[in-house]
Amino acid sequence: MTDPDVIIIGAGHNAMVCAGYLAQKGRSVLIIEQSNHCGGLASTREFFPGFKASVAHTIQNFSSKVIDDLSLTKHGLDLSQYPLQTIGLSRDGECIRLDSSKDQPRVSGLDGKDEEAYAGYMARMQTFADMLKPFWLKTIPRIGSANLQDMTTFLALAVKLRLLGKDEMGEFMRIATLPIRDLMDENFESDLLKAVLSWDGLLGSKMAPRSPNATVLSVLYKMAEKDAGAPKIPVSGIDGLVTALYKSARSSGVEFKLGQPVSRVLMDAGDHGVKAVGVVLADGDVIHARKIVSGVDPKQTFIDLVGVENLEIGFTNRINRLRCDGYVAKLHLALDSLPVFAGLDSPLGRLILVSNMDSIEFAYDDAKYGEFSDRPVMELILPTLCNPDMAPEGKHILSGHVMYIPHQIKGGWTEEAHDRLYQNLIELLEHYAPGIREQIIFGELLTPKDLEHQYNLTGGHWHHAEMAIDQMFMMRPTYEAAQYSTPISGLFLCGAGCHPGGGLSGAPGHNAAIEILRTEQ
Amino acid sequence: MMRSSSIKAGPDHVDFKEVLAPTPFQDRVDSYSLTQDWASWNGYKTAKTYDTLASEYFAIRSTCGVMDLTPMEKYRVGGPDALHFLNRLVTRDISGLQPNRVTYVVWCNDEGKVLDDGTIFSLGGGEYRLCSQHHQLDWLLISSLGFDVTIEEETHSIAALAVQGPTSYSVLSAAGIQELNGLKPFGMINARVNGIECMVSRTGFTGDLGYEIWIDPSNASAIWDAIFALKEQGLFDIRPTGLGALEMVRIEAGFILPGDDFNTAETAIRADHDRSPYELGLGWLVNLQKCYFTGKRALFAEFARPIRRKLVRLSIEGNKPPKDAFLYDRKGGGRIGTIKSCVWSPILKTNVSMADIEYDKGAPPKQIWAEIYYQKELEWRATWAQCRLSIKPFWVHQRSSATPPQKY
Repeated sequence: MTDPDVIIIGAGHNAMVCAGYLAQKGRSVLIIEQSNHCGGLASTREFFPGFKASVAHTIQNFSSKVIDDLSLTKHGLDLSQYPLQTIGLSRDGECIRLDSSKDQPRVSGLDGKDEEAYAGYMARMQTFADMLKPFWLKTIPRIGSANLQDMTTFLALAVKLRLLGKDEMGEFMRIATLPIRDLMDENFESDLLKAVLSWDGLLGSKMAPRSPNATVLSVLYKMAEKDAGAPKIPVSGIDGLVTALYKSARSSGVEFKLGQPVSRVLMDAGDHGVKAVGVVLADGDVIHARKIVSGVDPKQTFIDLVGVENLEIGFTNRINRLRCDGYVAKLHLALDSLPVFAGLDSPLGRLILVSNMDSIEFAYDDAKYGEFSDRPVMELILPTLCNPDMAPEGKHILSGHVMYIPHQIKGGWTEEAHDRLYQNLIELLEHYAPGIREQIIFGELLTPKDLEHQYNLTGGHWHHAEMAIDQMFMMRPTYEAAQYSTPISGLFLCGAGCHPGGGLSGAPGHNAAIEILRTEQ
Repeated sequence: MMRSSSIKAGPDHVDFKEVLAPTPFQDRVDSYSLTQDWASWNGYKTAKTYDTLASEYFAIRSTCGVMDLTPMEKYRVGGPDALHFLNRLVTRDISGLQPNRVTYVVWCNDEGKVLDDGTIFSLGGGEYRLCSQHHQLDWLLISSLGFDVTIEEETHSIAALAVQGPTSYSVLSAAGIQELNGLKPFGMINARVNGIECMVSRTGFTGDLGYEIWIDPSNASAIWDAIFALKEQGLFDIRPTGLGALEMVRIEAGFILPGDDFNTAETAIRADHDRSPYELGLGWLVNLQKCYFTGKRALFAEFARPIRRKLVRLSIEGNKPPKDAFLYDRKGGGRIGTIKSCVWSPILKTNVSMADIEYDKGAPPKQIWAEIYYQKELEWRATWAQCRLSIKPFWVHQRSSATPPQKY
């Protein structure tokens, strides 16, 4: 076998996007993945005989440009069938429905005043989201750079901002880092509506409604694509996206090596410092390539795969201090029959079980001090309503994201702690869907600690590194590595630890490929 | 791994009213101090002078000067990765450093700017001592991530005494250290003085023949007494020397002082106010062939460009002190730099200095003039003095490297 031009470590969705673009430009690409399947957190696995689920369970902002460029529709991706309503359920039986997939986003279940406010809020947020949209698919310039392309990016952002008009520009600057609770309080009366609308800004982060940081930006990030960030499920489940990416990559000539852990990046000591020239596999095999791209999270990439002895002290310190503690646990239930949620005709949709803003904040307060709340907050879907073949006929799956469950808890994740959380969750579900306890055939709870081990992910963090303002844009993951290139020549990053960040977006993979090709010019 | 929270050296009880911490030699230092002229060196009460600057200076250059250097920051580095760790820290390749040898090093941040300078002692058994001018524990701990090393601050738990000057060899031999005759510069031995275990290294900051003695703080007074007993017997003239005399001899010897001659990278706030090893004339300490060290990428790039400025040794004509003087490319010409530290050298009969000057396309200025302001009967005057670049240290003497040294 001849050496490939590019080796990509990991077969997460961003890695496959990056590979697809590079292969389209004629580069020979080899993806090396430690597990036996592609997709990372989006991969679908059988968690109980006959029952399948993936950690990522909906798609909110996958780049339509990537879908077009990589012909993913041709390779089987169909997102048109199941845009899901978001349904907010409070403990005392209140229920609201958000439908943002229509031309005119609507909310039902509330009084007229909030409904009207919702339309206005969504229109303004969409303006901001549209303004930011081009920058999620761009390399954010290096600090202090004066080259033409970088200046153009900054200029474009300035022009976009200015085109909003003076008032709107000011308003954007004001709300960008506002605690999302303040934004909600300014706009709405209903506590349930506020909680549900905050949810997309909080999920996956170590932030709560009162945290001033990047929660509003996260909402805008998710609203960048069609349907204002409404969750969607592909026709063949999340696997539909992974398979389309795989097929697209294969059709462009990308090679895959699965079940082969990379133990380190091979370095060559040159005059200028060290250079990445290949990878060493766990079995000792060495594969050389001109460029090495890592889809693995930044902490593991640099500290474990590159090794601190090849990194400068200050840089190592910044990487080591990246905040990568996951705060979301994943619940998978195999159900004997369809659960009945009080007040809902059908549980089709994304159900958010939050009573109000305080219920989120208090759950976070416990997590902040290394505990998990007795009353966690969660979103759930029943994927089998869209893809019945995820479970045996007539059976169902419940897939839930549970907040805020810390990666590290006091006393550690003992079996007892694990079980206590699971029982808490079942009790919570029992309140909303009486009788669900008896419907459970099997239940699986993956804490961030479990996600860390199963998916080889530092801190079990979905986004590889916290999406906080100090770890975003030209500081993601840290300066000197924020433009997809790294201090090690020949080594690039393409995962969620790069701008714009996590979630099934394809954007970091897309941006990395463009940057890698640019370095060859 | 942690810095000791209390000062272990010195008396058990440190009075809260004491602004400066006493060193283990404090009783002896106090009793010899006529001027009671104190300075803070890393928070320790340190003598600037004992009686007169001239007598202390000439003790170092003509007989034997003794100085308490306990306040120098000292770190013990051990563990399986100690050498690997140190070699990534410093710009020099120290992989060949043999046990019982000492080497001079600088270390840089990622941008190739100098954080501090110091010496590494190879103590044998994979253990090292790093001595530095400024506190470095935080940087060392940051640097240790991913290395199997132990780092212990021992500034407070090791007392150190410098014995410097032409008769220092004879003094220490007379004090009972017999193994010094074969000890070369930058070497060290373990010895006993009056039964007290000590480590003796042939190192110093004076450019002269000299040694440094490293002991447990509890033995500090006993060692001091053992040396000064020789003076009482009338055998040698031995004088305690302070920071003032040290400043004179170190400039004569061409040794730079981080924080005085340049801003260390951690303390520099303005861009361009930090300095690389090349800009400090320490390019010889940078080994670009070494596989990897912090700052290498930046230094490699800098090495390829013509040097823009340099800390140089300048001797200045005339007898006016050029303290803080601006430097010009000709009389009344364009400003090209400043004097950083200077001293009148009694032995050379000229002003010598460290100066930061701009280079033009990698070359030093053809002429350097200092504009010197000085007072005459309370009236300020200005004068011009021509300066001369000195490639070598201003003062070198073959006795500093002769092995065995001459006996007196």
